[in-house]
Amino acid sequence: MDIPYTVEIRRDTGLTNGKIGIWLFLASEVMLFGALFASYILIRTGAPTWPRGDTMLDVPLATLNTIILISSSVTMVMAWASLMRRRFETFRIYMGGTILLGFGFLIVKYFEYSAHFHEGALPGTNNFLAIYYTLTGLHGLHVAGGMAVNAYFWGPGAKLWKTNPVWFTNRVEHAGLFWHFVDLVWIFLFPTLYLL
Amino acid sequence: MSDHATASVTSDHMAGDHAVDIDKHVRIYITVFVALMVLTIVTVTVSRFHLPVPIAVTVALIVAIIKGSLVACYFMHLISEKKLIYAVLALTAAFFVVLLVVPVITVHDGFWVH
Repeated sequence: MDIPYTVEIRRDTGLTNGKIGIWLFLASEVMLFGALFASYILIRTGAPTWPRGDTMLDVPLATLNTIILISSSVTMVMAWASLMRRRFETFRIYMGGTILLGFGFLIVKYFEYSAHFHEGALPGTNNFLAIYYTLTGLHGLHVAGGMAVNAYFWGPGAKLWKTNPVWFTNRVEHAGLFWHFVDLVWIFLFPTLYLL
Repeated sequence: MSDHATASVTSDHMAGDHAVDIDKHVRIYITVFVALMVLTIVTVTVSRFHLPVPIAVTVALIVAIIKGSLVACYFMHLISEKKLIYAVLALTAAFFVVLLVVPVITVHDGFWVH
């Protein structure tokens, strides 16, 4: 049985089912990260003292990761634009770049975590590190998840382009919406954890 | 920004004349990318001044909101979306505000009781 409204627009919503589906999912993600941000505020305002992020964390590495993630958002949207222009090979280059940048983000994060572990700065050390590991760990899982989806569309999932290019383009757009959301979360995590 | 490129694609949207519209979008994406980089530098530079916490939080939040809005409006195409998506996001925003306000009330030790 075919999935309905993958290409054609539903009259009642004015959208494809995939588009409304990904936005509903992102709404739930806002609440997930919102709950953790609320926890951060509660813990920080309730603490008698709170360390500045830059005294415990590596700001240059986090700045590098910010640049990496913003760049990956641009390559992601360019991948979608390439499909809109019917340039599949260009799509592959941009999507490959997005995956590599995501991988670069995780590698930098690995070096950050390794340095912390080496210094004995573990999640149980204090509340600051507990919320730091929780927020950045969850965000890192989202980066890994987004990379898996993007890798699927770069590799085996790309077969759909030959049989139904419009549907494939829509799917890449939806994957892009998730990836941009992950970038958006980092834009708020970076100053909150590292600079304040 | 035209609605055609931002709504989910139909086969008509991928026709040749639509490529011109996409070219405009690509120029916007590059501009937004440069703006995001500049704002990242601003965020890091301001943090080096070691401003008092309330001012530092305000500045950092304002810059982050501008950056987030650029990503949401242009990369996520929210600047020209359908009403249903705006409705979903408005509801989400309302609950998000409640989530952030609840801890603040808690910190004030239930001021409404006294």
